[in-house]
Amino acid sequence: MQEQHAAIQYVEGRGIPLRGNDIDTDQIIPARFMKRVTFEGLGEFAFYDHRYDTDGSPTKQHPLNDSRFRGGSILIVNSNFGCGSSREHAPQALARFGIRAVIGESFGEIFAGNCIAMGIPAISLPHHDIEQIMQAVEAEPATPITVYIRDEVLSIGEHRYHFDLSPAYRNALLSGAWDSTSAMLNNLEETKKTAQRLPYTRNFEPAGAQ
Amino acid sequence: MAENLFNRVWDLHKVKQLESGQDQLFIGLHLIHEVTSPQAFDMLRERGLKVLYPERTFATVDHIVPTASQERPFADALAEEMMQAIERNTAEHGIEFFGLSTDMQGIVHIIGPELGLTQPGMTIACGDSHTSTHGAFGSIGFGIGTSQIRDVLATQCMAISRPRVRKIDVRGSLSHGVYAKDIILKIIASLGVHGGIGYAYEYSGEAIRKLSMEERMTICNMSIEGGARVGYVSPDETTYEYMKGRRYAPAAEHFEHAKEYWNSIASPEDAEYDDVFELNAGELEPMVTWGINPGQAVGITERTPRVSKIDRDHREVAEKAYAHMGFREGDTIKGKPIDIAFLGSCTNARISDLREAAHYLQGKRVASSVRAFVVPGSKQVAKQAEAEGLPGIFTEAGFEWRAAGCSMCLAMNPDKLEGRQLCASSSNRNFIGRQGSPTGRTVLMSPTMVAAAAVNGSVVDIREHL
Repeated sequence: MQEQHAAIQYVEGRGIPLRGNDIDTDQIIPARFMKRVTFEGLGEFAFYDHRYDTDGSPTKQHPLNDSRFRGGSILIVNSNFGCGSSREHAPQALARFGIRAVIGESFGEIFAGNCIAMGIPAISLPHHDIEQIMQAVEAEPATPITVYIRDEVLSIGEHRYHFDLSPAYRNALLSGAWDSTSAMLNNLEETKKTAQRLPYTRNFEPAGAQ
Repeated sequence: MAENLFNRVWDLHKVKQLESGQDQLFIGLHLIHEVTSPQAFDMLRERGLKVLYPERTFATVDHIVPTASQERPFADALAEEMMQAIERNTAEHGIEFFGLSTDMQGIVHIIGPELGLTQPGMTIACGDSHTSTHGAFGSIGFGIGTSQIRDVLATQCMAISRPRVRKIDVRGSLSHGVYAKDIILKIIASLGVHGGIGYAYEYSGEAIRKLSMEERMTICNMSIEGGARVGYVSPDETTYEYMKGRRYAPAAEHFEHAKEYWNSIASPEDAEYDDVFELNAGELEPMVTWGINPGQAVGITERTPRVSKIDRDHREVAEKAYAHMGFREGDTIKGKPIDIAFLGSCTNARISDLREAAHYLQGKRVASSVRAFVVPGSKQVAKQAEAEGLPGIFTEAGFEWRAAGCSMCLAMNPDKLEGRQLCASSSNRNFIGRQGSPTGRTVLMSPTMVAAAAVNGSVVDIREHL
C-alpha cells in the first residue's frame, strides 16, 4: 500500500532555457493529446504546437527541438509557468520528455501542486538569477547544472544560487516520502472525526439520528 | 479580529498538519469527469486501495462528449474509451454517475450547483481548474491534478498549504449591458493573470450582493484565470433561496439547521483579510480580450495598449499576443469581424446566460459570415430552456442548438476552430490553441456580447444594441 519513491538528494543534468512568462498548461500539452486513459507516451506531445508547424514539420527555434539542448533534464522558465488548466498531463508530459526539475521565477499554483505530488522539484529563483542561468546555458549548453535539495543550492559552472524550499517539502524529497496518499491514510481516525463534526455529512439531521 | 469565511471553513476541515508541512484537509464533495480521473483510478488499483467515501464523490461526463450527436459508441474511438473507463470506474467503486443516459449530465461545474450538491461551508475538489466556480455558494473549491484525485478518492482529503485571502470589494452597481463577466475580466486585467498566486479571493461588496447565484458563479469560475486557485462569495439569503428544493440540498425540515451552519461560516462585517482590492462596478463597461490570456482585456471603447507602455515584465507576452491575434497596438476590438460565435462553457452556459442572449436575439439574424452555436451547460439547463422556448429563438436567429458539454471551450470534442478563425466566445480562456486550432483566435466577452457579435458579424458594444 505504501508507495515509497526513490529519494531525491539532487538533480543533475543539462539545462533547457524556455523563455516566456505566463506559459499555460494548454501550451505544455494541448487538450487534444489528453484523449487517453493513461499518461503513457505524452512526452512526445510536450509543447507540440510550439515544436511543430501546422504541417507537422519541426520548428527550429523551439528549445525543446534545439539540438544544443538535446538530453537536457532541467527546464529553466520565467514567471507564472504552468498557469491555467489543472491538467496533470502537463508535468506528466514534461517528465516523460525527460525533465527532472523545473527552475523558474514563479509557477501556476495547481501546476506546482502537481509537481509536488509527482516528486518533480519546482524551484523558484528571482528574475535576475533565472536570466543569468538562462544566459549561461545558452552560451554553454553542455554546462552541467546540479540542484542540491539538502543544501538548497543550484550550481552551474562556477555560480551557485541559493533557493528556498519549505523544510517539509525538502524533507519529503530527501526521504522519498512525498506521497501524500500514504501520509493521509495514516490519519484515518482523525479524518473520520473531522467528517463527523461537519453537520452536512449527515445532511443536517440532528446528531444521533440515523 | 474576526476570521473570514475561508479560514473558518479551512479550520473546520483541517484534519491535522502533515509532516510535509501541508495541512490535511477533509473534502466534503468530490466531483470527477472523464478526462482527469482514469489515471487516478489506475493508481488506486496499483496500490490495492478503495474509495474511502464513495458517497462523497459524484461523476459526470463533459469534456469529450460530442454536442452534435451523442449516440454511442462515439465516432471518436478515444473518446469512447474514456467514456467506458468512467462508466467502469464509477460502477466498480459505487460512485454515483450522471452519464448521458440520465437527465442530470452536464458540465461538472454546472451540475454541482444545480443539483444542490454544492453547498455553503463545504470543501470541494475536482480535477479541473474551474472548480473555483463552486465558491459562489460560500464553499471552498479547489482545482486539483490527477495525483490529488487519487488522494481524495483514497482518503477524502487533500494535502495543501493554506493560502492568504484577498478581499475583492466591488462597490456600486452594474450599468445596463454590463455583466458579471465584465466584473471578473476587469479584476483579472487589473491584478494580472498571476496576481492571485498564493491567494484565495473573496468577492464582496454591494455589487456582488446584488448578483444572482448564476452571476456569482461566473465570477468565481474565472478566479483561476487571475492566478487564484480559490474564489468565493460569502453566503446570504440569495444563496439560501437558490438552494431550496434542489435534489441534494438539505431537506425542508432540516433547512433551518443548515442555515445555522451556513451563517456560522459566513464572513462577518469585521472579518480580516491579508489584502484588499477595490473596484467600482458603476465605472465598468463591457470587456473584451485582445490577447492570449484573460488578463489582456480592455473596455469595449478602450484602445489596445502600446507595447512600450506595458510594464516591462509583460511586454514579451503582449508582443506574442499581437503577433498571434493580428491586431494592432492602439486599435479597438470593436469592429473586428468574427467567424464563429460560441455561447457555452462552465463560465456562461447557465439558464440566465441563455435567457439574456435569447432576449437580445429575438427577431434578429446571425450574419451570413458567422457560424454561431449555443451549447447549454447541462441537460437540466437545456430542459429549462426548452420549457421557455429558447431553442426556437436561437435556431430562428441562425444559431445551432447543441447538447450539453464543454464543447469549444477546450476542443477535446468535435467542436473546434479551424485555421485562423476568430471566435467571439463566452468561455474563459483565450490561450493560443485553446479552441482547437493552433492558429485560431479567441475574444472573450459576455454571452450577450457574443450574441450581438454573431448578429453584427463583428465585435460590437452591446449597449448600442439593447
